[in-house]
Amino acid sequence: MTGAAAQGAAAQAATLISRSEYCVVACAEAWRDNGEILAAAMAPVSSFGARLAKRSFAPELLLTDGEAMLVGLDGEVEGWLPYRRHLTMVTGGKRHVMMGASQIDRYGNQNISCVGDWSRPARQLLGVRGAPVNTLNNPVSYWIPRHSPRVFVERVDMVSGVGHDRAAAAGATRFHRIPRVVSDLGVFDFETPDRSMRLASLHPGVTVDRVRQATGFDLVIGDDVPYTREPTAEELRLIRMVIDPDGLRDREVTAS
Amino acid sequence: MTADEVVGRLRSGMTIGIGGWGSRRKPMALVRALLRSDVTDLTVVSYGGPDVGLLAAAGKIRTLVAAFATLDSIPLEPHFGAARQRGSLAMVELDEAMVMWGLTAAAQRLPFMPVRAGLGSGVMDVNPSLRTVTSPYDDGEELLAVPALRLDAALVHLNRADVHGNGQYLGPDPYFDDLFCEAADTAYVSCERIVETSELLKDAGPQTLLVKRAFVHGVVETPNGAHFTSCAPDHDRDETFQRAYAQAARDPDAWRAFTARFLSGDEDAYQAAVAAFHEEEA
Repeated sequence: MTGAAAQGAAAQAATLISRSEYCVVACAEAWRDNGEILAAAMAPVSSFGARLAKRSFAPELLLTDGEAMLVGLDGEVEGWLPYRRHLTMVTGGKRHVMMGASQIDRYGNQNISCVGDWSRPARQLLGVRGAPVNTLNNPVSYWIPRHSPRVFVERVDMVSGVGHDRAAAAGATRFHRIPRVVSDLGVFDFETPDRSMRLASLHPGVTVDRVRQATGFDLVIGDDVPYTREPTAEELRLIRMVIDPDGLRDREVTAS
Repeated sequence: MTADEVVGRLRSGMTIGIGGWGSRRKPMALVRALLRSDVTDLTVVSYGGPDVGLLAAAGKIRTLVAAFATLDSIPLEPHFGAARQRGSLAMVELDEAMVMWGLTAAAQRLPFMPVRAGLGSGVMDVNPSLRTVTSPYDDGEELLAVPALRLDAALVHLNRADVHGNGQYLGPDPYFDDLFCEAADTAYVSCERIVETSELLKDAGPQTLLVKRAFVHGVVETPNGAHFTSCAPDHDRDETFQRAYAQAARDPDAWRAFTARFLSGDEDAYQAAVAAFHEEEA
């Protein structure tokens, strides 16, 4: 194929890439250059991202079976990681987790505990779980499949995962790191002078206004926001044929 | 011992630790015996699952010390949520590593353990009694001092045990059952099967011997006693029954019917009702 024909084919392929596939790639990028650490993720798209990273640019990552075993991509057991040892991976820092969030604010404080007044919540959720230990000890990113002002809030109701302002106030920034937040609309980071959330890239098809309307606080938005990178042909093959042949990613994310 | 004899040694107002994790290897037969008793006003320490749900639904928990409550395959524990939302369940909400280190401190007769977990989080806001401690070394780091979680009693369920209280897990994860027993003044082990001491290591390595008899005050044989939580490799979680439990928990009338059918008799009646439930479902 030459010049124009190749460009045309690439453009056509691009139009066929689903929003959920951009999300898988954006999640995978969280683990780039992390070294030989445990990649932990809870939801479908973030788990697919971890597996995509391991299958392509980060083969050294460790994965679990979701319970007590460290497993390779084919499920072969290579190690034992019951809860008590998992907590050592966390506190030793050899782990990068991508958690969910019922609420998240501009400094990256996250809530999975309850909505409303803690002493008698309007809605009880999970509880803080391991979010406090995670955020103070190993890198924590977030995956949010439905970006809305109810999730991206001015102030979270119960700080489960610790954000930049709270970590600084507690003098607990030593191992605190929130590399990225990925939503169905874009990728966000905290590369700003006061560590507040910044729009790092838009998924193709999403506008800056759409993100602004879906966010309950003032995001830092640069003049020229890039688009989230395209998946490579090999990444698309891996996502579609190997990692998620049943298309669960499209049940978690629909373009809107 | 029997499950009812175990509960006969418990008193209202006690602080009780419950082993397992979420909806995994919970001492459910002992919890059901607690439901049949008049023991109440408990402080419960747990990696919460349906144990917390059932006790909260029966109004037996004054204070829950926990990081979460979940049914695993169903993320939110419905009775736990309902009790919190009616304001009937006081909570000491800790991070899950804080629970482990609090139990460890108690097991080692220390007043606290220093951890980084919890600093800056809401856990500090809602537990104003929590204190920090400063490293006396050059780093001078300020850490959270997790107070010892000393227990009056611990209840755990294991795969095998001998009559002396040597307990064995055969699944992939010990959870924290040894810590619960060591952190408690009295500990009770229920198990799928009581075996001769000489049988314990016939088909398993020595590292499966999780709980030592010096920490155990009673052993109960309760086959299927973790039901409906998982107890690998003896049995998986009963997902069909758990779904029925969660569905019933969301509606007062359905919950009354569930209680009448499953929780109004003894353990044998429970197991028979579960068997009948599965025959209907099949």
